[in-house]
Amino acid sequence: MPNLSLEVNGRSVSGDAPPHMLLVDFLRKGLDLTGTHVGCDTSQCGACVVLMDGNSVKACTVLAHQAAGSKVTTVEGLSNGAELHPVQAAFREAHALQCGFCTPGMIMSTVDLLAKIPNPSEDDIRNWLKGNICRCTGYHNIVKAVQIAAGQMRQSAAA
Amino acid sequence: MTTNGIGAAVKRREDFRFIKGLGKYTDDFNLPGQLYLYVLRSPVAHAKINGIDTSAAKSAPGVAAVFTGADIDASGAGGLPCGWLVTSRDGQPMKEPKHPILATGKVRHVGDPIAAVIADTLNHARDAAELITLDLEEMPAHVDMKRATTVGGALPVHDEAVDNICFDWELGDKAATDAAFARAAHVTKLDLINNRLVPNAIEPRAAIGYYDIGRDEYTLYTTSQNPHVIRLLMGAFVLQIPEHKLRVYAPDVGGGFGSKIYHYAEEAIVTWASKRVGKPVKWVADRSEAFMSDAHGRDHITHAEMAFDADGKAIGLRCETLANMGGYLSTFAPCIPTWLHGTLLAGQYATPAVYCNVKAVFTNTVPVDAYRGAGRPEATYILERLMNKAAQELGVDQAELRRRNFIQPNQFPYQTPVAVVYDTGNYQASLDLALQMADYAGFPARKAEAKNRGKLRGIGLASYIEACGIAPSSLVGALGARAGLYEAATVRVNPTGSVAVLTGSHSHGQGHETTFAQVVSDKLGIDIGAVEIVHGDTAKIPFGMGTYGSRSLAVGGTAIVKALDKVIEKGRKIAAHLMEASEEDITFENGTYTVKGTDKAKGFGEIALTAYVPHKFPIDQLEPGLEETAFYDPKNFTYPAGTYVCEVEVDPKTGETKIMSFVAADDFGNIVNPMIVEGQVHGGIAQGIGQAILENTVYDENGQLLTGSYMDYSMPRADDVPSIKVGTTVTPCTHNPLGVKGCGEAGAIGSPPAVINAIVDALKDYGVDHIDMPATSEKVWRAIQGGMKQAAE
Repeated sequence: MPNLSLEVNGRSVSGDAPPHMLLVDFLRKGLDLTGTHVGCDTSQCGACVVLMDGNSVKACTVLAHQAAGSKVTTVEGLSNGAELHPVQAAFREAHALQCGFCTPGMIMSTVDLLAKIPNPSEDDIRNWLKGNICRCTGYHNIVKAVQIAAGQMRQSAAA
Repeated sequence: MTTNGIGAAVKRREDFRFIKGLGKYTDDFNLPGQLYLYVLRSPVAHAKINGIDTSAAKSAPGVAAVFTGADIDASGAGGLPCGWLVTSRDGQPMKEPKHPILATGKVRHVGDPIAAVIADTLNHARDAAELITLDLEEMPAHVDMKRATTVGGALPVHDEAVDNICFDWELGDKAATDAAFARAAHVTKLDLINNRLVPNAIEPRAAIGYYDIGRDEYTLYTTSQNPHVIRLLMGAFVLQIPEHKLRVYAPDVGGGFGSKIYHYAEEAIVTWASKRVGKPVKWVADRSEAFMSDAHGRDHITHAEMAFDADGKAIGLRCETLANMGGYLSTFAPCIPTWLHGTLLAGQYATPAVYCNVKAVFTNTVPVDAYRGAGRPEATYILERLMNKAAQELGVDQAELRRRNFIQPNQFPYQTPVAVVYDTGNYQASLDLALQMADYAGFPARKAEAKNRGKLRGIGLASYIEACGIAPSSLVGALGARAGLYEAATVRVNPTGSVAVLTGSHSHGQGHETTFAQVVSDKLGIDIGAVEIVHGDTAKIPFGMGTYGSRSLAVGGTAIVKALDKVIEKGRKIAAHLMEASEEDITFENGTYTVKGTDKAKGFGEIALTAYVPHKFPIDQLEPGLEETAFYDPKNFTYPAGTYVCEVEVDPKTGETKIMSFVAADDFGNIVNPMIVEGQVHGGIAQGIGQAILENTVYDENGQLLTGSYMDYSMPRADDVPSIKVGTTVTPCTHNPLGVKGCGEAGAIGSPPAVINAIVDALKDYGVDHIDMPATSEKVWRAIQGGMKQAAE
């Protein structure tokens, strides 16, 4: 079984992974990082979104070995201890989650959105998040959360 | 209202673990030594099982065991029970065929579980399953409901129902209704389809069964909305495990919408198998597996008619429905198209005569059961489409026709002609609010402006009412329920004054950890941070019937209030003793017991400590401790109601519908957390929009599921749903202490007819008077083409 080395949430990790293992399974089972979720089997739902070298990817559609040598960030890596990343705080502020299952993927997609489009319009937001399906919230509060986070992060960047 | 009490938009405390990725859903648990279950499912819709050869699979790498229905039967395990017995109009009980855990004799739908393969890895189990040889003798599949009831020579789905009819039920006064139609000035008729939906909570179902041989005890982790119900059903009726030896734990659950109420085969298989293989057994559904194994929702075909007098007052409503049960009876399936449907056919209107006939049909499809709204969306869709069709035919504005027919505020409590009694409501108020929020008056101008851009603009109303807060036990028992529908709560005050509430309700997104804590904080006058809400684990919570049917606050919340009342009363006795006053002179407010007319007072915390350190204590009259339990059986259903307004623009070139605005004006009675309520309404409306224009579960004539994954089943996405305006009016529920009605399902109930009414309104100049759900671009485009062709002829 081939060895795999990469950086996850700022830490170097190394482990054996069969060639066909998906990145999401490597994270969930190999590293006990169960924050990244599996919601479908056709790469549609986005519950598995993580950041790989700064871009959002669906971890169910990346082979673990494709991530060799890269920097992967999962939802667990966004903040430490009791701290919250502005996107996480905004989701709570806006009641942008109910059951929480789509939430890690939704948050990671949002982090990437705001890195690429710091001042997104409502259309930008809804378009970007097309790849993250939520069955609970109807998206209304998720859009609000993204807008709150965008404002927060622009303010911090300007300060 | 305190900052964190009843009525405050308190942010959710459960959010912390979810936004940090620290939630613990069933698949996040792993037990030492666990094995993995893969379920081999039927690839065909209807076949006799002539043989199942598992020998090669049993000796495949990593396989611990392979089980079939024969093994289940030999062990004496039972089939999955049905929780509601519906009686047909001829007095006969419904047909109740066995629902085996693993198919025996026949397979009855694509996805029907046939064999259970248990191995050291999921891939080993999957690979081994491919080595199982099935000798299946295929038979014609019954898919279309109308054709299924005229079986001809083909074998029915179940031998005991030769015409595939499970029951033939009616409600209402047929003679009075027919008489109303006979004298009607106008009759509106409509044929409707309420399309089959797949609930698709984003967390797939999962279960882990663990038999502890040392203690002779079982544990089941499961994605359930009601762990105690699973413990009862599986323990008593399926696996014969006494309840004190069976723990069912529903940890964080990623959405349910009804689909996670039922006792499913996989729960029983992992529990049963764990004992036999001597290890924990874990199962997680794939999404495409979920499509063919989670209970589906809706799937009604209805012919409906409404009779009006010369003033546009509704004098009668009658309808006939075929309701799909699927291949087997799911846990609550029979009550959905009957007692949760027919009883809502008066709607918000004073229609004096209503008659409803429902035939439930077995087909070779996945079993159908409750899905958000459960019977009430079907009833509301019938009623609100009829109202709009009638309005169009009578040349009356859709709001005006409703106004003329509303039950008036001074008519409550109102006995409907379909059994239920509405406690209170003000339908005029929610209609007015909705029209104002939607700027209904400004619509003609918006329509004209859209026309200039080549777009067809339409506006549709729907005034819904629903019966929820289920339910009074003896009433539902008389209607065939095999369970009680009370709720339970234990309020445990700790010596240092913090409080744990053990609730039989379950949160899988509804926010009870916050909202229930608000109620406790408000009533006891203690800091919300000192309140913990415990749910989901039968090892921690005495009993419960779970969360569905918009019942958690109305029924679960009331059980909590009643337990709190008992706690406060006991505290009063302790306070009286401490302050050397008589009980009658003690008042309790804002967390403090005060002797009336004095400044002698004791805080709740001191009373709590005294209860557990009972030195200055009336020990001869009172036991130490401060913990009380209440079981609350509701007196009636609750009746949230409201009006929704949907505005659409249809592109006539493509048939594409864009929802331009959506307004919801709801009366949920008193509101504990407006932020949570809005969230519930948003989510329900998104599901209703999904039903109206996107979602459909399609089978081909051989019973193959064509919409079997997110590739083909169109889930509402962020760019499909607009921003939603939510407003509320309040008429407090008259029969529970919080005055609450519940809000979980309303969004999914009122929205489909609002959307379809809007689309039909947009297309009315083409002579279109109905379009079936989902109103896809293709359907809308064809309707326009058809209308244009007719106009040309």
